[in-house]
Amino acid sequence: MTLEQVFRDEWGRVLATLIGLLGDFELAEEAAQEAFAVAAERWPEDGMPSNPRSWLITTARNRAIDRARRNRTLAEKTSLLEVPEAAEDDVEAGTFADERLELLFTCCHPALSTEAQVALTLRTLGGLTTPQIAGAFLVPEATMAQRLVRAKKKIRAAGIPFRVPPDHLLPERLGAVLAVVYLIFNEGYGGDAQLSEEGLRVGRALAELMPDEPEAHGLLALMLLHDARRASRFSGEELVLLADQDSSAWDGAKIIEGRAALDRGLALRGRGPYVLQAAIASLHASEPRDWPQIAALYGELARATGSPVVELSRAVAVAEAEGPEAGLAIADALELGDYRYLHATRGELLRRLGRTEEARVALTRAFELADDDAERRLLERKLTEVR
Amino acid sequence: MKYMLLIHQGTTPTPGTDAWEELSQEEQGKVYAAYKELNETPGFTPGERMQGPETATTVRVRDGETLTTDGPFAELKEAIGGYGFLEADDLDAALAVAARIPAASMGGAVEVRPIAG
Repeated sequence: MTLEQVFRDEWGRVLATLIGLLGDFELAEEAAQEAFAVAAERWPEDGMPSNPRSWLITTARNRAIDRARRNRTLAEKTSLLEVPEAAEDDVEAGTFADERLELLFTCCHPALSTEAQVALTLRTLGGLTTPQIAGAFLVPEATMAQRLVRAKKKIRAAGIPFRVPPDHLLPERLGAVLAVVYLIFNEGYGGDAQLSEEGLRVGRALAELMPDEPEAHGLLALMLLHDARRASRFSGEELVLLADQDSSAWDGAKIIEGRAALDRGLALRGRGPYVLQAAIASLHASEPRDWPQIAALYGELARATGSPVVELSRAVAVAEAEGPEAGLAIADALELGDYRYLHATRGELLRRLGRTEEARVALTRAFELADDDAERRLLERKLTEVR
Repeated sequence: MKYMLLIHQGTTPTPGTDAWEELSQEEQGKVYAAYKELNETPGFTPGERMQGPETATTVRVRDGETLTTDGPFAELKEAIGGYGFLEADDLDAALAVAARIPAASMGGAVEVRPIAG
């Protein structure tokens, strides 16, 4: 393993433990950075310590204590000055608690804006640097830096607790965590692949840390099953619809991993939105497609979420299972106004029914609403079929 | 941690207003009970009672000139109608107390602000 990989894998874990020990985000981050810098200097010469994680945590903690001793105000903020200093080289494995889950729930606390939750999660658990996060979200680096500073300041000033919420708050708070992880993944799905990797990394950690929570497995499964099809979504610059995708280009290992996560979610009797979406994604990755089953799951998902967008997906599945007429009836009942996929779906179903004129109107509307070149080109191709 | 709870009463019915009289006895009783329970919450110090926002006067000084206007600084439906102080372990504990203030569930809102120092 390269040094960079170790750093990437250990950053979140080390930082989480340090925040737990030091009781302060900023202090912990500075100390972690210092320890990683020392490691980068020493490890190539001295070799990697037998337990890199403990080494990093101990080194960071000792540096933080040193600094706190020199600085009174800093000392008042921290809670560990009575803790005896540990030697950097004789640390037992597993001495330090894994507090990544505490960190994740703190970063996704509803007292922080969604933007701040996402940025903080990427910076702390993902280990992305501020310039990397700024680049991924196309905002100036200074803006992102300020967003992170403000969020950390608010955590301290407002007393946002560093903990996994108690049972009565857990469902709501877990919802926010799942949403942030999925948002990170999706942000990358359309563009910056690095973000998808980070979404998966945090999603894997969440499923590992909450083994009894079906939705954590459901979310991981959903992300893996989508990610497995990443390479086949485009042919060159052109968008390829799921039905036309070359399934041999799918990442088989990720599909297997995704289905295993889905099985765990289902075994825990999960029936929440992420488990349902993962189950649908899993069916989409099988040939021939079981459309009646897919339609039924979309129905269940639509009832659980009340989302007309899900209902539109059901319309597509019903069209495949029972014919375009049945699908169109569902789509026509939806109040989705300017939602471009409604018009694209209607256009396609009308085309299949031979109602060319109406199809042309709907596809033209979808074309006008599309905000992406690849999507526009796909609709253009469709439009030539109804001319 | 010490917090100030700013109660944005807005147009939430309070005793003495017409809207209050329109509440059923049971609804009024619930509000009284909630405030009683709140005042007995360990760590909570209620603020003094304020008159309604329609009695407020707002003062601004611009270029040395004092400008006085009728009414609260915020819009009437967002105006502060009360406050209190709370000693709590952390923000989650403070939010739980804030959520029990009747205004929070009657169309108003409660702002939770940490006290400096």
